[in-house]
Amino acid sequence: MVEFALPKNSKITGGKTWPKPEGATETREFRVYRWNPDDGKNPSVDVYHVDKHDCGPMVLDGLIWIKNHIDPTLTFRRSCREGVCGSCAMNIDGENTLACTKAMDDVKDTAVKVNPLPHQPVVKDLVPDLTNFYAQYASIEPWLQTVTPTPQKEWRQSHEDREKLDGLYECILCACCSTSCPSYWWNSDRFLGPAALLQATRWVKDSRDEATGERLDNLEDPFRIYRCHTIMNCAKACPKGLNPSEAIANLKLKLVERQI
Amino acid sequence: MALSIVHRATGVALYFGTLLLAWWLIAAAAGPAAYSNVQAFTGSWIGRLVLFGYTWALMHHLLSGVRHFIWDLGYGFKTADREWLTWAALIGGVTLTVLLWIVAYTIGGGR
Repeated sequence: MVEFALPKNSKITGGKTWPKPEGATETREFRVYRWNPDDGKNPSVDVYHVDKHDCGPMVLDGLIWIKNHIDPTLTFRRSCREGVCGSCAMNIDGENTLACTKAMDDVKDTAVKVNPLPHQPVVKDLVPDLTNFYAQYASIEPWLQTVTPTPQKEWRQSHEDREKLDGLYECILCACCSTSCPSYWWNSDRFLGPAALLQATRWVKDSRDEATGERLDNLEDPFRIYRCHTIMNCAKACPKGLNPSEAIANLKLKLVERQI
Repeated sequence: MALSIVHRATGVALYFGTLLLAWWLIAAAAGPAAYSNVQAFTGSWIGRLVLFGYTWALMHHLLSGVRHFIWDLGYGFKTADREWLTWAALIGGVTLTVLLWIVAYTIGGGR
């Protein structure tokens, strides 16, 4: 359902302002969302100052610096630190993106504001609960499905057919797109969301896959795909420059085409 | 996202605008007294403002609808294209509205 205000236990209250690091000549202010499931308090925003001369250029570098030097309780996900794994997706300066590929200096605001991905349950601090997101990904059955006997060697694919997967296979499932989508915020229980639908397109378009009909049957539903109203937040958010809107439009076309 | 919301909002506004249109038609059928009531309202400055708003809602929703139609056909998804379509709908809607009112005033003489 449509929700315009935060639930009571999610209202953000004042946070702690940590002292500036001693001896630092140039610092950058970070305003980071904090919530601890164990202390029974509402979320807050803590203010930190990062020593720019002792820290890498990216927002993730700043967060790691805070964790190492100021506050070891700050919790966030990260792994590859180069935009490949999708772990450090969060809302930075009002936009969903990867902390590891977003430079601190690209944030025009005086403070770097960091929040968890919007409209997902929070596990702790910047860690969202993506259980539903992954379950939706599983529901589109993201693996090759065939009825013809498996060949002796690999499943062959022409260069042209392989190119049809460009702009789809690069998705790292960081959830930046789905959690930026108003339709997903309000109907994530039934609407699959841009990420899962882009993946669905990837398998529908795969020349080697033989379950196209079943895949489309699975999507033919007022909510699963048709809650997409081409709002385009997904395409704007994607840190890999992909276009889930376009992928979904292609799926909708395929659903119509097969009825003609 | 903003323009998606505007598309929705103008769509909702059109429902009320259509009620206005229905009122005008029913009044025209009901006789001169009822009709002059409507004319008095639409002739007042507030009535004209509402009509102007209705014209814009219609024009914007029309052009924005065309934009969605293009997307539904699978075109115009590149960043530059999608920004162009969005601005075209916004600016085009306002331009068409103003043009329409200029034409209406020129022909009708502000009646």
